[in-house]
Amino acid sequence: MTDSKDSKVSVRDLSVFYGANKALNKISMEIPDKKVTAFIGPSGCGKSTFLRTLNRMNDLIGNVRIEGEVNIDGINIYQKNIDVVNLRKKVGMIFQKSNPFAKSIYDNITYGPKINGISQKRKLDEIVETSLKQAAIWDEVKDRLNTSALSLSGGQQQRICIARTLAVNPDIILMDEPASALDPISTAKIEELIHELKKYYTIIIVTHNMQQAARTSDTTAFFYLGELIEMDKTRAIFTNPAKKQTEDYISGRFG
Amino acid sequence: MLWRNFTSAIVSSGVSRENDQPAAMKRTTKDILLTSLTAVSVLLILFVIVAMLAIIFIGGWKNLTWEFISEFPREGMTKGGIFPAIVGTAVMTLIMTVAAVPFGAITAIYLAEYASEKSVLAKTIRFAVKTLAVVPSIIFGLFGLGFFIKFIGFHVDNLFNNGELHWGQPNILWASLTMALLTLPIVIVSVEESIRTVPKEVREASLALGATKWQTIRQVVIPGSITGILTGTILAISRGAGEVAPILFTGAAYYLADLPKHMNDQFMSLGYHIYIMATQSTNVDDTLPIQFTTTLVLLLLTFSLSMVAVILRYRIRKKAR
Repeated sequence: MTDSKDSKVSVRDLSVFYGANKALNKISMEIPDKKVTAFIGPSGCGKSTFLRTLNRMNDLIGNVRIEGEVNIDGINIYQKNIDVVNLRKKVGMIFQKSNPFAKSIYDNITYGPKINGISQKRKLDEIVETSLKQAAIWDEVKDRLNTSALSLSGGQQQRICIARTLAVNPDIILMDEPASALDPISTAKIEELIHELKKYYTIIIVTHNMQQAARTSDTTAFFYLGELIEMDKTRAIFTNPAKKQTEDYISGRFG
Repeated sequence: MLWRNFTSAIVSSGVSRENDQPAAMKRTTKDILLTSLTAVSVLLILFVIVAMLAIIFIGGWKNLTWEFISEFPREGMTKGGIFPAIVGTAVMTLIMTVAAVPFGAITAIYLAEYASEKSVLAKTIRFAVKTLAVVPSIIFGLFGLGFFIKFIGFHVDNLFNNGELHWGQPNILWASLTMALLTLPIVIVSVEESIRTVPKEVREASLALGATKWQTIRQVVIPGSITGILTGTILAISRGAGEVAPILFTGAAYYLADLPKHMNDQFMSLGYHIYIMATQSTNVDDTLPIQFTTTLVLLLLTFSLSMVAVILRYRIRKKAR
């Protein structure tokens, strides 16, 4: 496990309620900086809910109550005077289904920077090129930046979404099953990309696919029924889990 | 009008499906029966539409000249054109649009984006919109007379004009506002529906990039639903352009020698013109051709508005690809 001093995100006793339903029960964990952390567990175990508490996307759903602390760089993002809009600039998110805007590729990437007040054409061009290069899709789209992002394939769209997130220059990137709707080749590209990106970003990925967790992550956390069962170095989780439930899950006995 | 017939075609074919025959009946027989029922209702509707259009077209075509469009009626409406009625309808439609669309769009945005499901205000608005949508148009006319003319107009005249009659009488402003009330529910419903077609994922993408809610609405939600918004709005406008009942007591005039020059002037309108020629004329033989042509002009006007909606939708869809 990581020490709290080199962790990027530090969660203390976090509980989430949907109405009277408790979706997460007193989760505490340290998420290391510039590493890939994977959340695994069966459907409905709360891993996506947990991910969405990290950039306060759960705020958008009515009837949600959150207890506990999520500290990012030592600041509790649930304290009163936090600007959620700024938080989300710092904590980007990639969704399960690729969701580019019905705009050109160029406009998709510049959407975030423009919101942040960047309007110089030269600066925007630069951001578009670096973001697309970082997302490993520059070569495929550089000649048609003005065509609609919706004309691309699913895998390309997902990489556009990643580039769009990179364009606002976040510290942390949350990925909610980013490859679950993609074919194996596109999935491999996304995984390769994750490997590249962790040099610069802290990445937290939710996945149903245990091989994917094993391939991409440094640390893995196993959730079950709203509890964090176990969290350790990925290798340790997959070769020598401490808890029986973890072992049962990764060996495919349930879930 | 076309649109209504079309929906009734869908409804009637739906009804025939509901009256489905016993399960014992063989699949093929049932299929044949249903197919022919559907075919019959479609043909029936087509027949009605074609017959209606053909009668109006044949009856009105030969009189449709530039003089007819650009001249005032003459000799008790047995000669001349319908220029003031065209202008009146156009101006009324314009004022109605300016009044109804911003209000309707803002209400729709509130309902779709800001109101929580439990909000009492939103529930009240929804109830009001649904109720307004089924109120007969003549009631809107009576309301306009009572509210705009007798209440607002009367008090404005008392306060600012020493009781001299300026606003407390039928005029183009009150008529347009009454018509705006009629089209408001259509605008609200169609804009809200189009806004709701924008997927949740796309909104989340925008918010996750650090956009505020309003930035998301302005830059993602509205552009993403603009086709639906425009189409719905134009259909609402074309509905308003053809209505007569709401302007009956609120501003439409039988005959005017001048075009309206102020907001408190009365005006002539195509729909009302058809109505008076059909019911008030003393010389039916002479007014009948004019009536046909007026109907044709009104039909062309609303039809071209619908065409604009279709073309807009097509253009924007093509652009989004």
